[in-house]
Amino acid sequence: MKFQNVVYNLHDYLKMKNKIRIGCGAGFSGDRIEPAIVLAEKGELDYLVLECLAERTIALANKRKMADSTKGYDPLLERRIETLLPHLLKNNIRLITNMGAANPIEGAKKIIEIAKKQGVNIKVAAVSGDDVIGDLQITNDDFRVFNNENFAYDLIQNRKSQIVNSANAYLGIEGILEALQADAQIIITGRVADPSLFLAPMIHEFGWQTDDFDLLGKGTVIGHLMECAGHITGGYFADPIKKPVENMENLGHPFADIFSDGSAIISKVEGTGGIINLQTAKEQLLYEVINPNEYFTPDVIADFTSVKLEEIGKNQIKVSGGGGKTKPETYKVSVGYKAFWQGEGEISYAGYSALERAKLAGETLEKRLKPQFDDIQVDYIGQNSVFPNSKFQYQNSEVRLRIAAKAQTQAEAALIGEEVEALYTNGPAGGGGVRKYVNEVIGIVSVLVDRNKIKPVMTLFSE
Amino acid sequence: MKLYDIAHSRAGDKGNISTLSLIPYNENDYEMLCQKVTADTVKKHMEGIISGEIIRYEMPNISSLLFVCQDALAGGVTTSLRMDTHGKALSYALLTMEI
Repeated sequence: MKFQNVVYNLHDYLKMKNKIRIGCGAGFSGDRIEPAIVLAEKGELDYLVLECLAERTIALANKRKMADSTKGYDPLLERRIETLLPHLLKNNIRLITNMGAANPIEGAKKIIEIAKKQGVNIKVAAVSGDDVIGDLQITNDDFRVFNNENFAYDLIQNRKSQIVNSANAYLGIEGILEALQADAQIIITGRVADPSLFLAPMIHEFGWQTDDFDLLGKGTVIGHLMECAGHITGGYFADPIKKPVENMENLGHPFADIFSDGSAIISKVEGTGGIINLQTAKEQLLYEVINPNEYFTPDVIADFTSVKLEEIGKNQIKVSGGGGKTKPETYKVSVGYKAFWQGEGEISYAGYSALERAKLAGETLEKRLKPQFDDIQVDYIGQNSVFPNSKFQYQNSEVRLRIAAKAQTQAEAALIGEEVEALYTNGPAGGGGVRKYVNEVIGIVSVLVDRNKIKPVMTLFSE
Repeated sequence: MKLYDIAHSRAGDKGNISTLSLIPYNENDYEMLCQKVTADTVKKHMEGIISGEIIRYEMPNISSLLFVCQDALAGGVTTSLRMDTHGKALSYALLTMEI
């Protein structure tokens, strides 16, 4: 059997399994650590996946790498690995994670360092090659603007050198497969499409062909259901009136028993809080899907419209069906750029005429700031800050004014909060609780790049 | 009747696109939702929030609808000045719709 450049011999073939169990212990960079420990300790897992990269996470990580070339991996990497490693080794679990962020090589070295401190030898693989910022600066024709984002064109054609700070391709299974074949116990990647973190071990263990797009589509569905961890176990789902969830404080993260035919049963560790049912599974299946007929990953264009979900027991969902056709000829590349400095300030009004006083404050600030700022947002928190639509207004006994604006420099952005603070002596009566913020905003645009321009790289570390 | 009484929803984001699922608690309500909650009625309900085109996907396999809304996030997750830059709370804006 042959896939990519990995050749399996007869011995490997005989080792292939009919069922594997993969747990997902993190759904974003800042996720809780406890559920991952519970999974590693009691989940009887074959693999643990920690998914830790949102759209902008790498751009921020790249800023840390620029400041210190040994950084740029996930800020929680040390804490996560220190606590998880003993359980992973004791229970013979392989870890696959994108905690490498902007610097998977240094992330891998850090993991080796932690293992040494704990007196154990492990084999760690870094998967890189996703960082294409160098190519972005020399080639223009290879990059195609995605989703009609006109700005991307201008960005790449004219302004790239000053403001681009990251460009990372969403890689697929290739580098991870190579690392699994090389017996790495921990695989740490940079930008990889989330479902690929789950699909790679399925391909490795079941011997699926990498052009069997039906199976790859099925595996991608399972990966998509798992990738947000707590999303399928009742996290970000609970509504005490309509969708009660028990023991939220002890929310368990999911594991999937995946079968070689591409079906799976998703469940969680006995005794943990949360819930897995048809409702949690449906919400997650549709989460962030922009076309259920064609869900693009670097590995396959998957079909979600034929997925079948069944509740087969308490906290047990069977997933079957789904499929796929071919794989895209391009990789999606997220380009991070310095967009602007954001200045913000907030102040509260309560009691009689709270809304009227807040509105007077908002209008006063707008008049004071208008000459200097083009793009100003005024919100009345408690009235219209989340639903910016008059239909959603309710009467409250208190209201918080928020004002935000875009600025070219940090000092200019600071003026927003300063003006809010100055309402203490230059604004309406009874405002309190001023907070002010200044943040540099990294914008993200997406471009498509030909597959053959980008090569995943797998590097092994041990001792 | 409000959508909230018979269905649930989760919002997702990609760039300047918001995705809103609509999932009836009782699968028998799916056909009725297909009739009453169209791309047009949602567009009207979300006026002032979503400025672009809305495409509705029917998913009979899970008795659910998916609304993919263009120009919904004031320029996009990463550069919007809104409080809720991801439009995470827009699921509950959809559920306030009267049918």
